Amino acid sequence: MSTSRDEVRRALIDCILAVAPEANFSEVRPDRPVRDQLDIDSFDFLTILQHLHEKIGVDVPESDYGKMITLDGSVDYLMRRLSEG
Amino acid sequence: MPSLGADMEDGTFTEWHGAPGQQVARGQVICVVETQKGAIDVEIWQAGTLAKLIAAPGQKIPVGQLMALVATEGEDWKAIAAAAAEPPPRGAPRPERPTSESVPGRAAPAVAPGEAPVAVPATPSRVKISPAARRRAEQLGVDVTTVKPSGMHAAISIADVELAARVAKPPVQPTAAKPPDRQAAMRDAIAAAMSRSKREIPHYYLASGINAERAISWLEKRNEAVPIGERALFAALELKAVALALRETPELNGFYQAGSFRPGAGMHLGVAISLRGGGLVAPALHDVDRMSLADLMVQLKELLRRARSGQLRSSEMSDPTITVTNLGDLGVETVFGVIYPPQVALVGLGRLQMKPWVIDGAIAPGRVLQATLSADHRVSDGMRGARFLVELDRLLQQPEILA
Repeated sequence: MSTSRDEVRRALIDCILAVAPEANFSEVRPDRPVRDQLDIDSFDFLTILQHLHEKIGVDVPESDYGKMITLDGSVDYLMRRLSEG
Repeated sequence: MPSLGADMEDGTFTEWHGAPGQQVARGQVICVVETQKGAIDVEIWQAGTLAKLIAAPGQKIPVGQLMALVATEGEDWKAIAAAAAEPPPRGAPRPERPTSESVPGRAAPAVAPGEAPVAVPATPSRVKISPAARRRAEQLGVDVTTVKPSGMHAAISIADVELAARVAKPPVQPTAAKPPDRQAAMRDAIAAAMSRSKREIPHYYLASGINAERAISWLEKRNEAVPIGERALFAALELKAVALALRETPELNGFYQAGSFRPGAGMHLGVAISLRGGGLVAPALHDVDRMSLADLMVQLKELLRRARSGQLRSSEMSDPTITVTNLGDLGVETVFGVIYPPQVALVGLGRLQMKPWVIDGAIAPGRVLQATLSADHRVSDGMRGARFLVELDRLLQQPEILA
């Protein structure tokens, strides 16, 4: 079963909203570091990854945190991971 | 009413979790109090039987005032309830301790009732008033020279100012227990505590760069081997190292009250947590030096969750023995904190930065942490403070000890 880019993006945004409910994604620049824009600290980030793991089954190792900087970059990375199965 | 932090003057009672005749265990949550820092679950620090519940929902109660009577073992709660007079009038001084126990903050007065912000002695108008109360007076347009203090310090409190404002204007009956503006209230609370700190505490500041490469590598290896839910953050490792380093320098861990230092009963680290939408709380993680890293991580997550959802407990608010602020996530290299009275030290942890570091005569890149210490010069000297930072460095070079 393949997951579309939009679905992955939606899932990621839902996971972010779970820790930062006030986040307004119409104002988030998808090509800029998302954590800076939404004041997401390392605890929030870990929580988001845990939600993401439950939701789409991708376990992001610490060594890949560098690929989860911007919203666009994160979606690219997650799509890649999903296609690898 | 327990003092849930040095900056607390009063709390608004919300609800009881219990009824007269009910047995309570030490540490059990028996009621909820709304403070400037959110709703706090108040734990009782004495086992017994609830005899008489005096505080009523919506009532604003000064710190130190009686909220309930509790029968201890061997006492008849019905007799105590019957003997208890009407509740004392609002703002009255605390009555002599009855045969039964009132609801104390914590057995050890980590933050005693007398720790409410102390009055500024000589303001131009010669009015004794706390900074938070003065600000509130300005907001409400109350002339502070016309306000009578009600508390035990003979200083004007926020409650006095608000009372004066209500007398001046016809009262608007508050319908909910929530204060009208939580943000402003929290700002006032922080202002009062920090003003007092800078007025009373002669701070000294130390900083040291620590090569954290070894600790981080160790942590990364550890995290690779566990499921995502058990991953530990470097911040947790730092807390453990701080707690263990404090064993070397106990004079940084405790309280300065009534002109002398009292060491803390354990390493209860106040963890500075910024709240979404503004504000700051620093609730305690208890006995961090005795926790495994895995346990510490679980507790820390739980504390953060409750802090952000406004469900902290009274013991967490009242008894941190030192505060740790970690601004590393915000990208600053170094943070020099303001001590939270009556504590005597604050540890600041900055961002990890890749830097050249000399090891055995060769330059090697490494992630470097700027650790700082703000400490109370009435209690410790720079030599001892330096000792703490050296010990922190030593521990971070042996991360296995921190597991």
